[in-house]
Amino acid sequence: MHKHTMREPFLRISKRGSIALPHAWGIRVSSVILAMILGALFVVAVTGLNPLDVYASMYRGAFGTERNAWVTIREAMMLLCIGIGLAPAFKMKFWNIGAEGQVLVGAVCAAGLMIKIGAGLPNGLLLLLMAAAGMLGGAIWGIIPALFKAKWNSNETLFTLMMNYVAIQITSYCVALWENPRGSNKVGVINQMNKAGWFPKLFGQDYLLNVILVLLLAVFMFVYLKYSKQGFEIAVVGESTNTARYASIRISRVYMRTMALSGAICGLAGFIAVAGADYTISTSTADGRGFTAIIVAWLAKFNTFVMILISFLIVFLQRGASEIASDFNLNEEASNVITGIILFCIIGSEFFINYKTRLNRRKEDAK
Amino acid sequence: MQYAVQLRGVTKTFGSVVANNNVDLYIKEGEILSLLGENGSGKTTLMNMLSGIYFPDKGQIFVHGEPVSIASPKAAFDLGIGMVHQHFKLVDVLTAAENIVLGLKDKDGYKAIGQKIREICDKYGFVVNPDQKIYNMSVSQKQTVEIVKQLYRGAEILILDEPTAVLTPQETQKLFSVMRNMRQDGKSIIIITHKLHEVLEISDRVAVLRKGEYIGDVPTSEATAQSLTEMMVGRAVKLNIDRPEPVNPQKRLEVRNLTVLNSDGLRALDEVSFDAYGGEILGIAGISGCGQKELLEAIAGLQTPAMGSSISYYPPDSDKASNLVGKSPLEISRAGVALSFVPEDRLGMGLVGSMGMTGNMMLKSYRSGKAVFTDRKSPKELAQRIVSQLEVVTPGISAPVKQLSGGNVQKVLVGREIAADPKVLMTAYAVRGLDINTSYTIYHLLNEQKKNGVAVIYVGEDLDVLLALCDRILVLCAGRVNGIVDGRSTTREEVGLLMTNLKEVSPNA
Amino acid sequence: MTQFIALFGEAIAFGTVILFGALGEILTQKSGNLNLGVPGVMYLGGIAGLTASFLYESAVANPNPMLCLLLSLIAALAAAALGGLIFSFLTISLRANQNVTGLTLTIFGGGIANFFGGSLNKLAGGVGQISVSVTSHAYRTNIAPLMKLKIGDFPIGQMLFSYGFMVYLAIALAVVLAIFLRRTRTGLNLRAVGENPATADAAGISVTKFRYLATTIGAAVSGLGGLFYTMDYIKGTWANEGTIEALGWLAVALVIFSTWKPLNAVWGAYLFGGLSRLWLYMPGLNRSSQELFKMLPYLVTIAVLIVVSLRKKRENQPPAHLGLPYFREER
Repeated sequence: MHKHTMREPFLRISKRGSIALPHAWGIRVSSVILAMILGALFVVAVTGLNPLDVYASMYRGAFGTERNAWVTIREAMMLLCIGIGLAPAFKMKFWNIGAEGQVLVGAVCAAGLMIKIGAGLPNGLLLLLMAAAGMLGGAIWGIIPALFKAKWNSNETLFTLMMNYVAIQITSYCVALWENPRGSNKVGVINQMNKAGWFPKLFGQDYLLNVILVLLLAVFMFVYLKYSKQGFEIAVVGESTNTARYASIRISRVYMRTMALSGAICGLAGFIAVAGADYTISTSTADGRGFTAIIVAWLAKFNTFVMILISFLIVFLQRGASEIASDFNLNEEASNVITGIILFCIIGSEFFINYKTRLNRRKEDAK
Repeated sequence: MQYAVQLRGVTKTFGSVVANNNVDLYIKEGEILSLLGENGSGKTTLMNMLSGIYFPDKGQIFVHGEPVSIASPKAAFDLGIGMVHQHFKLVDVLTAAENIVLGLKDKDGYKAIGQKIREICDKYGFVVNPDQKIYNMSVSQKQTVEIVKQLYRGAEILILDEPTAVLTPQETQKLFSVMRNMRQDGKSIIIITHKLHEVLEISDRVAVLRKGEYIGDVPTSEATAQSLTEMMVGRAVKLNIDRPEPVNPQKRLEVRNLTVLNSDGLRALDEVSFDAYGGEILGIAGISGCGQKELLEAIAGLQTPAMGSSISYYPPDSDKASNLVGKSPLEISRAGVALSFVPEDRLGMGLVGSMGMTGNMMLKSYRSGKAVFTDRKSPKELAQRIVSQLEVVTPGISAPVKQLSGGNVQKVLVGREIAADPKVLMTAYAVRGLDINTSYTIYHLLNEQKKNGVAVIYVGEDLDVLLALCDRILVLCAGRVNGIVDGRSTTREEVGLLMTNLKEVSPNA
Repeated sequence: MTQFIALFGEAIAFGTVILFGALGEILTQKSGNLNLGVPGVMYLGGIAGLTASFLYESAVANPNPMLCLLLSLIAALAAAALGGLIFSFLTISLRANQNVTGLTLTIFGGGIANFFGGSLNKLAGGVGQISVSVTSHAYRTNIAPLMKLKIGDFPIGQMLFSYGFMVYLAIALAVVLAIFLRRTRTGLNLRAVGENPATADAAGISVTKFRYLATTIGAAVSGLGGLFYTMDYIKGTWANEGTIEALGWLAVALVIFSTWKPLNAVWGAYLFGGLSRLWLYMPGLNRSSQELFKMLPYLVTIAVLIVVSLRKKRENQPPAHLGLPYFREER
């Protein structure tokens, strides 16, 4: 009567205890190569171009000239800076999807001072004030959802997501308020004449200060997470709130403190975007980087040095793709397509790093 | 006579742990079988193989005489086997009726379902409101829903995993009368329990497991609490554990009327009172889940005791007692009360699995010093000391502790707690899963602490060890102190009976 | 009065885009999957529908309106479902993080849509030149006699019946979804999967199958939002100005606002639609304060989020297992 076929799952999946580093990187590199092939297929399918030409052209776009290379570096630093800001929040398993908003609020605060004070203060002082204002704005934007998470356990993913759009509208409001020339609905280049609030050139390079600032920040965050008492608390809270309780860590305080820091660094990124790259403010000052940086931070497992690599990879793709767009008369958006494909592949590859799979030979009826 | 279910030579191993070894078991139709055994004797694992959660490595299961293979919970349903787990498998926001029909393929509307539920209720004497949401229900109501759910799915063979653990005596009686009605109806019931008086009251036959092995069965009419205890705990094993006489015992902890409510609002600890002395090992015995966890957590400040509870600590260097109730874990551990609590899930609370040994040492000490940065040097030295002193087998002190074997994880945890130089040291299941040699290392460490004048509280599950190691043994039963006995003069049987037979009035010291 | 009627119309139009997105996402989230790729799948739906009808209309001399509708609908549903399938594969089979995967899907979907949209614009000879007039007209056809209905001076017909069929389709879908979730066994099983997958699994429900299906079908429904926006609201053209993305995030907000109930989503969508266009009709606003007004839907959503977590009413909480992966424990 009751006959049941003995069937174990066809594919057995088990968690790996550990994986040798070269093996893990082998998987990651192969996933990028797979992504490149898929991206090439996409390009060939829609354009019929030789994909090698396309990738060569991408390389030219990103690093072909000194100017191009510096823009690539600048953009990578922006992405990295936001990723650094997100690292402590994610390490704590606090889903801060609100970097976009935190960057914008920081940018608005910085741009406001830049416009209102202008050349009224020495440039160094003005820059310091702008940085402080940007960080404060970002911190406030970060701490609000943390407060509600700590007190009432509100869902932080959805909360921070909504805060982004509030920030975008505040930015639009300020842009309309500060528009120049009147009626353009754009702020235009701020202080073009006196360059007040602009990053100074270092060794003749416009963007060298950005690089120095962000790399310092990367070192700081690496050290903070790894060696500081607060970083230790973040790690424990992220791993297990029970253990945190056992170690007498006040979880709600860690939430708020860490999100203030996370928001502040994102705000600082907004300041750098205004003072060190765009010299203006608009709703696209963050330009989706708040979201892309989430992926950067996640894939790097919160290691700020690995983030440098991933930031460059993504920016290279985006810059390269806009180059193809002009070279081959394609559309700039191709970059987002290729970015998407690469990210999908890297995200998927994590599975093969964390799990072992084994095909089972099907066992026959045990009767 | 055909058996409803028969297991022959069933073996199940998890890694190197043999949970069930070559177990034979049967249940007749219209019979209530008690499955008796200490913690870790493999009762639940065995039943999980009947209900399709685990698949046996070896052996054969027969249902109504037919050999079957039960690969999933659904396959178990189809064979008429239903299991009510200790942790109910119910969806909180759904109603009783919705939970009962979850996953079923029939097309009945809720009216018909309600009707059918009422029929089952009337037949066996349940009370269930089909439209009530689970989150509005008491524990016993949830249990009723679980049982009705199994019957609704046509279960002929019902497995109840410690069903009375969460019930009041009145609710237990109600459950038993329902069980008798089901037996009347020809259903077979396997009940897992530790409580001997319940075993004697409800079952027709008792089967006993010990350390994964099937010991034997006996008709309940021929059994007594005494004979069952002997079957369950086995013959006393002579252990060669040191037990130095306590030297100048001084009162360190005075616990009075300690009551702790669990998340369901039930009393996990009920008016517990006792004293613990420096230079002494106080054993805590009891079936698991009788309040050991809550007791230790309450003392360590991780649980909030109910009003009227008091926990006084007498520091060695002054005679002013301080009340620990309401203090944070940090304040308590600074006062010198160390908790080395190893919960069932070893890495759940005391350790951070993804960190290395150094990081885990820092859990206790990372605040030390004024600097912003953690001092990693002394924890690292401590980690190295523990590795060499306790012979921890690890690829290195920076390897994540979750990669270590259970025994080594235990050593890390106990070693860290002892290093904090505590005045009161609490350990729970300190030797669970450890081999003999390592266990002796731990006993030795505890004895060292005792000689140093530390008040050691040792929660254990192995009676032989408790009897050989502890100066006094406090027996918890259903959250109450069921007796405090002298470790040197008591017997296995006395402790075993105290663990399983709650006295009517608890003799609160 | 005319102002109110105009606002009402805009609220319905914007609300319908959001509603489709939210309905799909409710279905997805009920299975426990938090797909932040809603804007991405809406983009995919929009561009696929547009491309299909563009290719058809430029290939045939006299395009058949019915065929136009059918082709674009199928293309939109299929493309958006494909987006959901990618998400499902990565998060369910490969156990990737849902937030990260969803955000990537949004980047990817936006990229694909604007890439092909831009190319179509080029092919058609400039922005706004894409000619899918037959299709777009078919989408915007309304029932003329009903439209002229008036009660006294009140143009009830214009307010209620001046829209294309997709407006009513969205409402119908909401009703169907509500009935499905609340009254059917399959809906019950789906809710159990999102609330407590271990229990569902023990009851013999395939968590993997339910999550795949709910997420894929949910994405397809969300994709209709993008289709409606392209075909109806901007009349069969492509504009790369990020409106779909903004509306996609509003759809995610609406899911929270509706406390995961499709019928709440209907009025919520029109409220959101109205709130996001209210600035156009508020007297005395200048260009800057208009922008502050556009914040309203998000502020309202945050308020709802806070109130829901404060009140802790069980029926209003997110599915208990939302955003978390599930796989059977192995010992």
